[in-house]
Amino acid sequence: MLSLGRIRLAAAAGRPILSGTGRGCARGFSSSELEEEPGRAESDVYDIVISGGGMVGTAMACSLGFDPHLQGRKILLLEAGPKKQMDKAPEVFSTRVSSISPGSATLLSGLGAWDHIVKLRCKPYQKMQVWDACSDALITFDKENLQDEMAYVVENDVIVAALTKQLQTLSDQVEVQYRTRVVKYTWPRPYQVADSIPWVQVTLASGQTLQTKLLIGADGPNSMVRREAGIPTVKWNYDQSAVVAVLHLSEPTENNVAWQRFLPTGPIAMLPLSDTESSLVWSTSHQHAEELLQMDEESFVDAINSAFWSNENQSELVEAAGSLFRTALTILMPNGTSTRQLPPSVAGIGPKSRVMFPLGMGHASEYIRHRVALIGDAAHRVHPLAGQGANLGFGDVASLTQVLSQAAFNGKDLGAMQHLLEYETDRQRHNLPMMAAIDLMKRLYSTNAAPMVLLRTLGLQATNALPPIKEQIIAYASK
Amino acid sequence: MLSRRSAQLAYRLLTSTSTYRPALQPRLPVQQSGRLISHSTVDPAEVRKFQALASKWWDERGEFGALHAMNDLRVPFIRDNLLSVHSARQMGSPLSGLRVLDVGCGGGLLTEPLARLGADVLGIDPVQDSVRIAELHLSHDPALCGRVRYRACSLEELADEDEQEEEGFHAVVASEVLEHLADLETFIQCCHHVLKPGGSLFVTTINRTQMSYILGIIAAEQVLRIVPRGTHDWEKFISPVELETLLESTGFSVECIRGMLYNPVSGAWSWQQSTAINYALHALKRREEPQSDRVESESEDEAASRSTA
Repeated sequence: MLSLGRIRLAAAAGRPILSGTGRGCARGFSSSELEEEPGRAESDVYDIVISGGGMVGTAMACSLGFDPHLQGRKILLLEAGPKKQMDKAPEVFSTRVSSISPGSATLLSGLGAWDHIVKLRCKPYQKMQVWDACSDALITFDKENLQDEMAYVVENDVIVAALTKQLQTLSDQVEVQYRTRVVKYTWPRPYQVADSIPWVQVTLASGQTLQTKLLIGADGPNSMVRREAGIPTVKWNYDQSAVVAVLHLSEPTENNVAWQRFLPTGPIAMLPLSDTESSLVWSTSHQHAEELLQMDEESFVDAINSAFWSNENQSELVEAAGSLFRTALTILMPNGTSTRQLPPSVAGIGPKSRVMFPLGMGHASEYIRHRVALIGDAAHRVHPLAGQGANLGFGDVASLTQVLSQAAFNGKDLGAMQHLLEYETDRQRHNLPMMAAIDLMKRLYSTNAAPMVLLRTLGLQATNALPPIKEQIIAYASK
Repeated sequence: MLSRRSAQLAYRLLTSTSTYRPALQPRLPVQQSGRLISHSTVDPAEVRKFQALASKWWDERGEFGALHAMNDLRVPFIRDNLLSVHSARQMGSPLSGLRVLDVGCGGGLLTEPLARLGADVLGIDPVQDSVRIAELHLSHDPALCGRVRYRACSLEELADEDEQEEEGFHAVVASEVLEHLADLETFIQCCHHVLKPGGSLFVTTINRTQMSYILGIIAAEQVLRIVPRGTHDWEKFISPVELETLLESTGFSVECIRGMLYNPVSGAWSWQQSTAINYALHALKRREEPQSDRVESESEDEAASRSTA
């Protein structure tokens, strides 16, 4: 790589110039390499190594590569899987999709990846309806006119492929190694002690060891970086699994609405993929999830339709109280109530597209250590009910890039705690309230005990009647 | 008049940068060449104290913490002023192609950031141990090795040598150094000598005022006991006005002076209007010889430096 050549050149030039004590650059490396140029592959010192090439890791690599103040820095992305390329979207929709907020879309567009995404496949939606199974309460979110997009449903593979394509244009700045697994991390001492190496050492499965001034952990909810760094994580399992599938609708429709209904067992959501297909995310107990997976297609489709349409969970008390409250609201705020619409009915599912995965919540108590930063699911893992997981990760990318860019322009050591702390504070301030809200929602809607149902019914109806609150919610989720 | 010893402590709170070199350097006969003489006038107790602390240079939360924090001000100050004279050659390396001399570099705290911005930096310091620590720290980073070199020598020695690199430096940085010298005039003359015409001199130092004396004595020594006794000599501090006069008479034109303030609670520096305590100064070496008719050449040069800026 070009950058390798630069290092060798710099090292070779460095040695003869040093006078006085006569010590050379090679002194810092292991004794067996003293005689050789420090620029050898085994002891290459990278400025930044990103571990994990998923959506967030690849976005981070692109973001750093495009940043003007970070030009000339050695950046490396390590990904255990193969390179994901996509010239055109595959016929079959993938089951793993994300709801991309306008804020994330702006980031992706700044990286030049949004154009690729739009060309491949992406479905904007303008409206979201969220309602309860245990009552008639509902809340709808929509932009003023149905022109503006609220968010976009994009398959995860499409996002990664688009970012990979952009990354290829950065081959001078960013090196990528696919099918590369890390087996060990070695952490540096907080400050220089004798001859110890001050960088993070990354040992690969191939036996090669790299050194880096900053390690960015983007390796998902079971992050090895986080684990090995000993960063304590607050986490719990929800005793829920999500069943995802691609649904074929009974008839083509404009399909620009996202639907989510809170059942006592968990929320069921339908996100539009195209005029004829939608994506299902059904969070429910492990047992029920397995049952759903075992069912034949017809029963599964019936289960989905009934989950969205049936009213069997409603008790009379709640129904009465709810409709009373709604009447009151109609008088107070004539525009504050919405009529409940029904989601499109499902006729079939995509072939072999039913999958389930366990759900949990996790939050790393620290996002950073000396020379380490966590982004994406490695730092925070949320319930999919709000569709925010990917967006929080992209927010991390934007924040960390900005912090590193400024640090580089000030000549700072990129792994120094001072600016990494700024990143952590900024993101925790944003992420924690969001995660708390999602967790609260999940717990609130996990029961069909009357008092809780009543509370959330009235709460939901009231919130629906207050546009300013709804606008705040949308604004916060769109960042 | 303020007693000398008590006045010394006046500035310690805000100048922990220079805490460990004071008694050592004032006695260096700056005007004489050769290190042998300087060794004999050095106070061995001070040298030992400084040597003991040499390993602490790179501990950001240690004794030199305030110096590390000062980089937040001095690196952008140097960078922006240099960029206004020389436009950025390369994205990501705003100072690439510029040769910088860091006088009194210590452990290389300021040398490394300047090198990271792309400059070729020579760091000099009369204390051997500091230079050793600086080289050790540098040795781990192959990207910087090619752009930084260190020498244990004084500025006069450097100025005396036949210049192998004839062109001189684009910039000389003397940060937290001036308050420790015995002969300031000779030092400034040496700075002038090693600079290219139109080159920049950057200085950060401490003012000699009652304000800094009071803060330093009461806060630093008596109340907080942050710094040990006898580290500073208040008499050696120089006010911006005096410094400016000296610089102007040596062939520099002072471009800007800004006050700095250290907050011991947050451990951070900030710019401030008043130069009563710490201040930073940027001066340009005038392109004509200082001996020529100063009135005319001054106005010519001001116009020239303004047009290049």
